Amino acid sequence: MSNIVLQDVFIIGLLILLAVPLGIYIYKIMSGQKVFLTKVLSPVEKGIYKVMGIKCGEEMNAITYILSILVFSGFGVLLLWLIQMLQGFLPFNPQGMKAPSWDLAFNTAASFVSNTNWQAYAGESTLSYITQSMGLTVQNFVSAAVGIAVLFVLIRGFILTQKKTLGNFWVDLTRITLYVLIPLSLIVSVILISQGVVQTLSPYKSVSTLQSGISQTIPLGPAASQIAIKQIGTNGGGFFGANSAFPLENPTSFSNLIQLLCILLIPASLCITFGKAVKNSKQGRAILAAMLILFVIALSVVTFSEQNLAPHFAGATVAGNMEGKEVINGVGSSSFWGTATTAASNGSVNASHDSFTSIGGMMLMFLMQLGEIVFGGVGSGLYGMIGFVILTVFIAGLMVGRTPEYLGKKVEPFDMKMVCVVILMPLLLTLLGTATAVMMPGVTTWLTNKGAHGFSEVLYAFSSLANNNGSAFAGYNANNPFTNIIGGIIMLAVRFVPMSAVIFLAGNLANKKFVAAGEGTLSTSNTMFVMLLIGVVLIVGALSFLPALALGPIADYFTHRGI
Amino acid sequence: MSKIIKQFRPALICLLVMTVICGIVYTGLVTGIAQLIFPHQANGSIITVTLKDGTKKDYGSKLIEQEFTKQQYLIGRPMTVSNLSPTSDEQKKLVQQRIEWWHSFDPSNKADIPTDLLTASGSGVDPNISPEAAEYQVARIAKARNMSEDAVRSVISKYTTGRFLGFIGEPAVNVLQVNLALDGLI
Repeated sequence: MSNIVLQDVFIIGLLILLAVPLGIYIYKIMSGQKVFLTKVLSPVEKGIYKVMGIKCGEEMNAITYILSILVFSGFGVLLLWLIQMLQGFLPFNPQGMKAPSWDLAFNTAASFVSNTNWQAYAGESTLSYITQSMGLTVQNFVSAAVGIAVLFVLIRGFILTQKKTLGNFWVDLTRITLYVLIPLSLIVSVILISQGVVQTLSPYKSVSTLQSGISQTIPLGPAASQIAIKQIGTNGGGFFGANSAFPLENPTSFSNLIQLLCILLIPASLCITFGKAVKNSKQGRAILAAMLILFVIALSVVTFSEQNLAPHFAGATVAGNMEGKEVINGVGSSSFWGTATTAASNGSVNASHDSFTSIGGMMLMFLMQLGEIVFGGVGSGLYGMIGFVILTVFIAGLMVGRTPEYLGKKVEPFDMKMVCVVILMPLLLTLLGTATAVMMPGVTTWLTNKGAHGFSEVLYAFSSLANNNGSAFAGYNANNPFTNIIGGIIMLAVRFVPMSAVIFLAGNLANKKFVAAGEGTLSTSNTMFVMLLIGVVLIVGALSFLPALALGPIADYFTHRGI
Repeated sequence: MSKIIKQFRPALICLLVMTVICGIVYTGLVTGIAQLIFPHQANGSIITVTLKDGTKKDYGSKLIEQEFTKQQYLIGRPMTVSNLSPTSDEQKKLVQQRIEWWHSFDPSNKADIPTDLLTASGSGVDPNISPEAAEYQVARIAKARNMSEDAVRSVISKYTTGRFLGFIGEPAVNVLQVNLALDGLI
């Protein structure tokens, strides 16, 4: 146990150490400054703009920015769906994969474009190498870039005044992909390959086993390149079905550490970027502190449950819960990963979440239900959290009877409406989705576990879908037309509706004048505000989900406590 | 509407450009580097053994578990993915069955069985077991092979990896490598 604590402290420390320089670097990318990669990459960048017919100084207003995202993502869904349906006729398909069902292909397309990476399929038995690399890998990059671009827009809303334009989507997308995501992914993929993650275009390998001599198939493919960006871009979609629990996707303790850091790296860095951009680094640090506090609480609960709440058996050693966990990860690294992946809207797994203890599993679910704002997805986590900051400022303003303001911008009715869309959309769809699913005839045939834990499987599924997380209690058999279609629609809605609201909010903020901070202005960077923010986040989450959690994991815990 | 249509051209071109850059150039570059610098790892960490008659044989991947059921072999974790709740009745029954299997397989061994031998992994092909789970099997393997226990232990420790930096992750014994070494193949 002391080893686990040491490891956790080390990883969090390392995360903060790396987040500061990366956050500053991303700020430079956002504001178009020169960085050390400019010399190499700027000819490529200019070439891309030329092909696309974009003039660099051309700026977009809120509506145009939203439309370009929607059209770009719409084409993204269409192209990804087509690649899957046609993969049987395309090259780089050594295993002869046929087209999946149309609804599964739609679900996968919606899932990867919305940065969810919910997977109702296992990669090694469903998709060809070309679908993985030219379809999924591409959306791993651009969906992450879209999230970060929208955060940039919101930040510009705070720093601009009396302006109608918010930057250019194509420029933001290109710069983020080229200067941030690709270089990081290159480094990480090479590290992962050195540890044993596969990266090849050869067909699966057939070997004969030692004891019985029967043949065993080793699945291969261009995996490392996709796994790197899956972790960095809070995507989470595994190359193989078992995700990072599969040894060829995550072979060693070192590869596990690298992938784990990548889950939280950009989301944490963006807090620093935010502080730098609004020229008040305390603001970024306050948000990061709130996220870290919530994270550490969740991590402690998960680790404690996994270590202590597993059943004991006569004739077996007393140990933590190892069901669904790999030996190299054990309780410590599996609990950290589970917490990070659900906090950060990543959704990759290195263990079976379904086989976590009921309380451990509940914490993972609750992190998603909070709206993916404890780090959250790249870009989307921070813009969601800023939504909560504005809500907190608003509530505090009401308490003292003063017009609320944040970073010198007055918070007015239109802004609050947009914030409400951002906050309410995911929790509404989580609950509605769960309620609809449990009313479907035959829902129990989709489940592996019985009773309260079976309900937890459904609740987890829709918490994941409606918060763009993508992880699952994998006992839930997701490949059925209902979950594929409804799930696909939920993922798209919950990604693009709040996203549009954020851009409208930014447009409205950018248009406003700054108000000078006075004596009565609420500080948004001190300890009291951080606590207030955490309180608001927890209250909204708890009020929305306690009843559902009581039916699932809490009932599960009390049913099986007498062990 | 015209505003939407105006975005079609840049959106399509951008998507195609990104497909070329991220899908082809990036993936190709990483594959090239992988095959050049780490060909063994990039192709599945396959263990190839040169047999006495000079032929080469692939005995599996270092990273993928194989089934072992004989007395003279180190035995790994159950090769299945359950997704069951650890406290569910089904799961408790499975663990109970596994305890009984171990007791009938190795009746003289009265030690407590390490948990990783009784639980399934997340992948179903976990290539490792804990050092405790290996130690639990030492006496049986030594007896079946007519070796000293220390000789078995020294093979096991050769294929045991520690924690990264001494405190990250958990120590692990690679089952396939130990068995290949016990058979004198590596």
